[in-house]
Amino acid sequence: MSATERANIPSQRNRFLEALLVNRIALLSGVLLLVIVLSAVLATAITGDDAFLIRPRQRLRPPGAEFWFGTDALGRDVFALVLHGGRISLLVGLLAAVAAAAIGTAMGLLTGYLRWLDPIVMRIMDGIMAIPGILFAVALVSLVGPSLMTIVAAITFAEIPRVTRLVRSIVLSVREESYVRAAEGLGIPPMLVLVRHILPSCLAPLIVQTTYMFAAAILSEAVLGFLGVGFPPDVPSWGNVLAEGRAVFQRASWTILAPGLFLAVTVMAVNLLGDGLRDRLDPRLSRAAKVSS
Amino acid sequence: MLKLIALRIAMAVPVMLVVATIVFLLLRLSPGDPALIIAGETAGPEALARIRADMGLDRPLIVQYLAWLGEIARGHLGTSILSKIPVLSLIFDRLEPTLVLALSAILITVLVAVPLGAVAAWRHNSWVDRAVMVLSVVGFSVPAFVIGYVLILLFSVKADLFPVQGYVSPFEDPVASLRHLVLPSLTLALVFMALISRVTRSSLLEILSEDFIRTARAKGNVERRVLWRHAMPNAAVPIITVIGLGIALLISGVVVTESVFNLPGVGRLTIDAILARDYPVVQGLMLFFALIYVGVNLLIDLAYVIVDPRIRY
Repeated sequence: MSATERANIPSQRNRFLEALLVNRIALLSGVLLLVIVLSAVLATAITGDDAFLIRPRQRLRPPGAEFWFGTDALGRDVFALVLHGGRISLLVGLLAAVAAAAIGTAMGLLTGYLRWLDPIVMRIMDGIMAIPGILFAVALVSLVGPSLMTIVAAITFAEIPRVTRLVRSIVLSVREESYVRAAEGLGIPPMLVLVRHILPSCLAPLIVQTTYMFAAAILSEAVLGFLGVGFPPDVPSWGNVLAEGRAVFQRASWTILAPGLFLAVTVMAVNLLGDGLRDRLDPRLSRAAKVSS
Repeated sequence: MLKLIALRIAMAVPVMLVVATIVFLLLRLSPGDPALIIAGETAGPEALARIRADMGLDRPLIVQYLAWLGEIARGHLGTSILSKIPVLSLIFDRLEPTLVLALSAILITVLVAVPLGAVAAWRHNSWVDRAVMVLSVVGFSVPAFVIGYVLILLFSVKADLFPVQGYVSPFEDPVASLRHLVLPSLTLALVFMALISRVTRSSLLEILSEDFIRTARAKGNVERRVLWRHAMPNAAVPIITVIGLGIALLISGVVVTESVFNLPGVGRLTIDAILARDYPVVQGLMLFFALIYVGVNLLIDLAYVIVDPRIRY
């Protein structure tokens, strides 16, 4: 078959196969993610307190039967560290994604609905987007001091503009629909119109966007940890486990590869799940909306 | 055209004002006394009071803010607390490694990702197409520093092809410089390539199903000409837009990559300044990065007019 035919005749069978494949990937990602979440929740039950046990005589052991992912520079079990680290990293990702979605939605609804507010809020959002998110987060965390609150807040801040823009654009297009007009004409207060009649149109794209932000936030936490401003070393997260591997990487590559692989698989699963949700919930939403920090 | 440029620059001013405000508030509202950091823990109360008066820290916040805005509007970014060097010259001194790194990453991306995305769209569902999709998912999911360490492990530690870390200026020793540059620029380029190849693929895929492409083919144009002369220019606008948005990605990537490969660029300067709480340097660098982001996107807005004559402001 020539290239021309291939590009021009979208075969029905191919499209069906593609849809099936996408959904199967999304399904697989969901299962994988569930396993990762469960392993993080049950970290203590699975590995005991291996993550905190310092064994001076078993430092930097390569992966093997006793230590699946080897041991770190303090002789701690990297497998246990990675499972425990998942707790903090997944929690940070979840909190930051939900917070950014909530704040961004509120701002997007208001700025899309109140015309006088729009230019002001949008310039502020442009300003936030112009500041490199990671640098802002590193500065904030290092100035205020690392805690769950500051790390989540620092990551959330940079994600807000994207949600605001997304919700605003939907509000702008829905605002002129006749059912919204009708609701306004009936004298329903603006707040109620926003929540009852406009918000439902935003939900599908919002769910998809929140999934992508969850993935981006997990990556951000890792970068913060890597740059040395994450959680203190006695609170294992994927970020600071990776950071501690930096010094011994050339002798003990597993200290970076094991948490890195776990992190990458998690983020990939979340992203693919997001793709699946997008195809299912909102075929119009393009991949371009996913340009993340 | 001149009017357009003036209008776009005028639109960038409020954005930079917002950036300046956020940067100011971030550093002033955080706990920790700048005077104490400058003077050191052992300084007496008189010394602290003198430094506060010198820096204007005893004045009301709004007065400090306006005075600071006035300074930066005239291009005065202040001097480093630690090294006493003006912030601007500190930035310029560290600019070369960052520029070399960023430009080579952009070069790799444009040379590899755009053709790759184009072929993926042209040969939809072929192995190239699959490879591009896999690349884009992997590029978005694996953090840049993990990629960097994997590259070091494979090509420096195991194969000994490239040096592990460090920077050599291309003006001093071009060959050594290139060898030091290969791994960092690949690390930085991967995320960018994931983004650009994916956008190129999807926007070209959309264009290729349009009627005028069929017409171009029916006229007997060679396939290559259809792709590059008829389809590509029409797919260019979304690709350029994403390159502009990707600048933010590139700046974050620069900071991380410079840390992994120990390059003495502005990214390292930023992290060092933040960890040392060198406030004027941190403020200056954040404004600098924001200015680059705003400037690149301004240039891109102007590029639309050239690429797509239908766009008018």
